[in-house]
Amino acid sequence: MAVRDDMAAPIEAPARLRRVAVVGNPNVGKTTVFNLLTGLRQKVANYPGVTVERKSGRLTGAASVEVIDLPGTYSLSPKSLDEQIAYDMLVGRIQGERPPDVVVCIVDASNLERNLYLVTQVMDLALPTVVALNMMDAAEEAGARIDTEALSAALGLPVVPMIALQGEGLGALREVLLHPPPPPTPRRWPLMDTVAPQVDALMQVLGEAAPDVPASHRFSEVLRTLAEDGGLAYWEARASRFHQAVLAARRTFEEAHVPYRYAEVSGRYNWLGPLVAQTVTQHKDPSARTRSDRIDAVLTHRIAGPVLFILLLVLIFQAVFSWAVPAMDLIEAGVTGLGDWVRAVLPVGVAADLLVEGVIAGVGNVLVFLPQILLLFFFLGLMEDTGYMARTAFIMDRIMNRVGLSGGSVVPLLSSFACAIPGIMAARTLPNERDRLITIMVAPLMSCSARLPIYTLFIAAFIPAGYLFGVVGYQGLTMFTMYLMGIVMAFIAAWVLKKYVIKGAASYFAMELPPYRMPKVKYVLWRMVERSKIFVLRAGRIIFGLSIVLWFMASYPKAASSPALEAREDTVVADYQAALDSVAAAHGMALPAFLAQPPVEAAMRLPAAEAAPRLDSLRALYPGDQAAGVLAVYRVRQRYEAGRRAVADAEASYQIRNSFIGWMGRALEPVMQPLGFDWKISAGIVTAFAAREVIVGAMATMYSVGDADETSVALRDQLKADRYPDGRPVFTPLVAVSLLVFFVFALQCMSTLAIARRETNSWRWPAVMWLYMTGLAYLFSLIIYQGGKAIGLE
Amino acid sequence: MTLRDLKPGERGTITGWSQDAPGRLLEMGMLPGAVVEVVRLAPLGDPIDLKVRGYHLSIRKQEADMVRVEPV
Repeated sequence: MAVRDDMAAPIEAPARLRRVAVVGNPNVGKTTVFNLLTGLRQKVANYPGVTVERKSGRLTGAASVEVIDLPGTYSLSPKSLDEQIAYDMLVGRIQGERPPDVVVCIVDASNLERNLYLVTQVMDLALPTVVALNMMDAAEEAGARIDTEALSAALGLPVVPMIALQGEGLGALREVLLHPPPPPTPRRWPLMDTVAPQVDALMQVLGEAAPDVPASHRFSEVLRTLAEDGGLAYWEARASRFHQAVLAARRTFEEAHVPYRYAEVSGRYNWLGPLVAQTVTQHKDPSARTRSDRIDAVLTHRIAGPVLFILLLVLIFQAVFSWAVPAMDLIEAGVTGLGDWVRAVLPVGVAADLLVEGVIAGVGNVLVFLPQILLLFFFLGLMEDTGYMARTAFIMDRIMNRVGLSGGSVVPLLSSFACAIPGIMAARTLPNERDRLITIMVAPLMSCSARLPIYTLFIAAFIPAGYLFGVVGYQGLTMFTMYLMGIVMAFIAAWVLKKYVIKGAASYFAMELPPYRMPKVKYVLWRMVERSKIFVLRAGRIIFGLSIVLWFMASYPKAASSPALEAREDTVVADYQAALDSVAAAHGMALPAFLAQPPVEAAMRLPAAEAAPRLDSLRALYPGDQAAGVLAVYRVRQRYEAGRRAVADAEASYQIRNSFIGWMGRALEPVMQPLGFDWKISAGIVTAFAAREVIVGAMATMYSVGDADETSVALRDQLKADRYPDGRPVFTPLVAVSLLVFFVFALQCMSTLAIARRETNSWRWPAVMWLYMTGLAYLFSLIIYQGGKAIGLE
Repeated sequence: MTLRDLKPGERGTITGWSQDAPGRLLEMGMLPGAVVEVVRLAPLGDPIDLKVRGYHLSIRKQEADMVRVEPV
């Protein structure tokens, strides 16, 4: 492959490294074989310029052999992003990558004919190729006995039988990889006579127009450009002479009614049919119902199928929303504990503030969702490995197709109820680029777990606790409505996007329903951890940076304390002194000495609820008037501390009003006022554009309630008590509903934008996403608030 | 008749495509000469579950309508 040497050298790979590419159809155990070969020590990176992961690792015990796991593909005429990478990788068309030195084709022995189709395409590239005949047990079970030697002779390739899940055949495969075979002999399958001469002529043109394409790749390239418009488009810019020649050949074929688009596929299958018949002996009736068929009779049954699917969804939701809670509480406590510890260790100052309020709180916000993400990935992995995933698409395709999506969008959208990030990533499995893009664009409309704290806070505060018709709680109904609004809007948005915005090839549906298989828990767990790691690292990095910015904007500029606040603080201190003096005078106590006694000192620190009985017990120690004195001092102290807290809160509030975020909130107030939002809500929304759940903490800070969480009674009461200068309440149920609706639609999540940027490889789609969702949020909040006011709901 | 007209449990031999077939369906083995069995319909009636070349493939009725078959 000297021709390739002019390309940039592969990153960090020494020249002598032997590179083995693992290719295969989806669902053939490709990743399992890859894991076996590399022993789970893998490196995950991205191919330059695209979002597809490049997984590689060294062959165990042979550091000079690099194994690369290519995305699953049905053919070398790519239909999706994943498949394009597999093709480009094999022909060395990826910048910084040489073509592999050896190709391992993983083949499902129980589905031989269709799997060998890809093998025949790989063979035509004239690279040393090994066939790993996986799932021999499944073939055996289906009654097929494969003569691997005859198969090897017919294909002209080494064939290694394997049962990868049990590690069988690994030794033999390693042996072949260490001593790879020579490249396969010239093509063995014949192309139909009406097409072959034209193909030869086109190969000639290609060789002249693009001499750097290796002679061994010309045949595949010509077939691909003949049949696929995508493959042809590549050449328009690179070698227009070849492009023109292909177009001319197509016209000639069409005039003569030659089915040239079938030529490659039927040529290969016509060769494979007899080959498979000769090497496989069937000792069971192939049309007999298998175990998988019997499972399908239930799981895709007309009535039982949807019911079981819904039950599975309920189970997953239950797991994600309630089983995860103890772990989430634990993480939250850990994060708080860490913050307290840092506060205790570091001197009071900017460094401690930044670390605790910015970094620890911010990253903690992501980590809290980790249990939900782990559980979700676990279930998704289980669905994938059992083969049920394809059935969800089968069951749901009809509904999804109606609104412009596809059956394959079901899983990404379901994932998005936990978090849009794994949802958007899951859309990669969609073969149709248009379906994938639309799914990505509407996924953030699913109410994710980050919206829950906001729903909880405002519903608890402003929606009456009563029951509609005595059965359905208003609060629960409101919560449900929020979820429903997101779903309905996602469907509408998908329909509009498909009809007017995102053009592309009409979608068709071709979903393999693989046989059900017992999943290997080890691999499900392994993948769960891998995916979660990627999520946490990527989202964490963004939130880490953003938290620092947010903290800074809420803390600076440091406003000079206002004279009014200073005066208030002085009053609190003076009142305290005066009250203490009057108690001392009334009870005849020498106060500083009395207060210094350990039992009294301890009693002073008691919370109000425990104070009364404990103070009572002091009567025994301090007879008569003295005990009453203790109680009086306690009350004075309580009042003083409450006063100090109120001043500190007012200071924090003053501070935030004059911080950058406060300025923004006040600048935005005129725009947000028509939705019913004051400057504090506006400022909260500004902070929430980093991540939705941030608004709860931000509102708490602005309402001067230290450490409020979403169920905090104090924050709820503060919200209810807040008044405009003219005495109107800031929050009414109508304002709360307007705010809730805003949060259903608005895209307030930096991580989602970042992941959408990564998955669509441009800022264009994240920008469209942000604009349309924020536009919807504004519009619907406006309609609800103004409409509500018009019919007198205010 | 087309593949769409086959009822669950019925089999047919593909004789051709009435329009340009999606390339992927050809690659999945839906070629003239191949025997296809309609295994079942999805719960909502579409798509359909086919057995072709020994494996299960699901396609929509819209595409099934483009496949001419000869009942077996």
